[in-house]
Amino acid sequence: MVRGGRAVLDGLSLDIARGSVTGLLGPSGCGKTTLMRSIVGVQKTAGGRVTVLGRPAGDARLRRRVGYVTQAPSVYSDLTVAENLRYFAAVLGVPRADAERVAAQVGLRGRERDVVGRLSGGQHARVSLAAALLGEPELLVLDEPTVGLDPVLRRELWDLFHRLAGAGATLLISSHVMDEATRCDHLLLMRDGAIIADDTPAALLARTGAREIEQAFLALVEEDQRPDTATGTGTSAGVSGSDRSEPAKEASR
Amino acid sequence: MSVPTSESTSESTSAATAARPPERPAAAPRARASALRTLATAQRVLSQLRHDPRTIGLLIVVPCVLLILLKYVFDAEPRIFDHSGAPLLGIFPLTVMFLVTSVATLRERSSGTLERLLTMPLGKLDLLLGYAFAFGALALVQAAVAFGLTLGPLGLHVSGPTWLLFAVALADGLLGTALGLFVSAFAATEFQAVQFLPAFILPQFLLCGLFTPRGDMQPVLRWISDVMPLSYAVDAMNRLTARPGVDGLVVRDLIVIVGITLVSLALGAVTLRRRTA
Repeated sequence: MVRGGRAVLDGLSLDIARGSVTGLLGPSGCGKTTLMRSIVGVQKTAGGRVTVLGRPAGDARLRRRVGYVTQAPSVYSDLTVAENLRYFAAVLGVPRADAERVAAQVGLRGRERDVVGRLSGGQHARVSLAAALLGEPELLVLDEPTVGLDPVLRRELWDLFHRLAGAGATLLISSHVMDEATRCDHLLLMRDGAIIADDTPAALLARTGAREIEQAFLALVEEDQRPDTATGTGTSAGVSGSDRSEPAKEASR
Repeated sequence: MSVPTSESTSESTSAATAARPPERPAAAPRARASALRTLATAQRVLSQLRHDPRTIGLLIVVPCVLLILLKYVFDAEPRIFDHSGAPLLGIFPLTVMFLVTSVATLRERSSGTLERLLTMPLGKLDLLLGYAFAFGALALVQAAVAFGLTLGPLGLHVSGPTWLLFAVALADGLLGTALGLFVSAFAATEFQAVQFLPAFILPQFLLCGLFTPRGDMQPVLRWISDVMPLSYAVDAMNRLTARPGVDGLVVRDLIVIVGITLVSLALGAVTLRRRTA
């Protein structure tokens, strides 16, 4: 995949199991957003294959089944919370009552009549998250959904994410805050457009002998003997159905 | 190199999809769903305007103030108001809707809401028509106020039927909306979008026959004015003031305006990309 005249996500292959919370961690600029955009199907790709729920990413039939929250909140700041959610509900073709449900889920009950632009940054971001929860999508791709939130709220949202996963949804959540890693069922550590680790938090700690994910990340960077990938352009990612049989690793072709 | 499981998955799925008939809902419920999305979009755009009463005020009051100014600046020569009042009734809806739409669409692009909408089951046409309905309604309100003022207190005489006057004003407003939707794709910032007004509309303003009859212009300029949409907006209004009844030429102008509107809507749809770099 080439972006901005630079090859990013070159020869990368990964799989995400259903019904889990997978954390996508890495420093900013490492390609997290580009990877997420590819999975949602809004990223122009120069090659490679992304399969989401058994269909090519961006397929029209996926538009009801995938929810996406961009890093910057993408809701109408000149409308109220309720107006935003009701509009997106209408576009998705889900009942209006769903708008109230998702507002409550992100802790915005009672703020429905407020104009979004006058809310705080964290509340604004939660409206954007609520819009992605409409219609109970099977896959939620959340780009840094907890940035700038207070710790109590962050914990509430992570609880919500796990409840959603418990109900069968698949969540891919990016963060550049390493301490959020322990809240994930599974971790993808990313650096310079490559996945350098794809495992459970416990297994990563055990493998590197580190006490915290941040140290594990550093250890992995040091041991990362990635071959020169300049020749490969194949990128494939999948959010597949069945259980994860085996973690896929970088596959340069 | 281990297990790119996704590849095997995707291959097996594509084989399965080829065997199965495509899952598509029947045509009638689809059209109904699409109509609902269009209406929801129009309602959303109008709600945004409702939260911004100052903009509505400006949209409706400014043309009226300009018309009053025109009337009294040329108080000594009432012929000039009679001559240019009607063209302005065509120019205002087009210009104002162009400006409002290009900024609104640019905001939609830069705030990420367009990208969100395009990841949802919203057709591009649903979005474009939603905007067209909302701003078309606004253009009608604006035209009603401007007509009331011009034909009433300001005493402009119009020979043609009033409904046709409204039809032309609505078509002009929709043309402005369609052009604004298209042109906003080429603006990266709101500063640029606003600059498209002088760049795109002012030349048409000079060439549309408001200052000099188009027939008296240099041939090259006349040819250019023949392909400029605003010329037809002004011609239609001029004919309506001059002749009673439904003039065939007015209908022709109207068809040209509607045609250009449809073409720019189609071009606007092309600029809405689901995938971007």
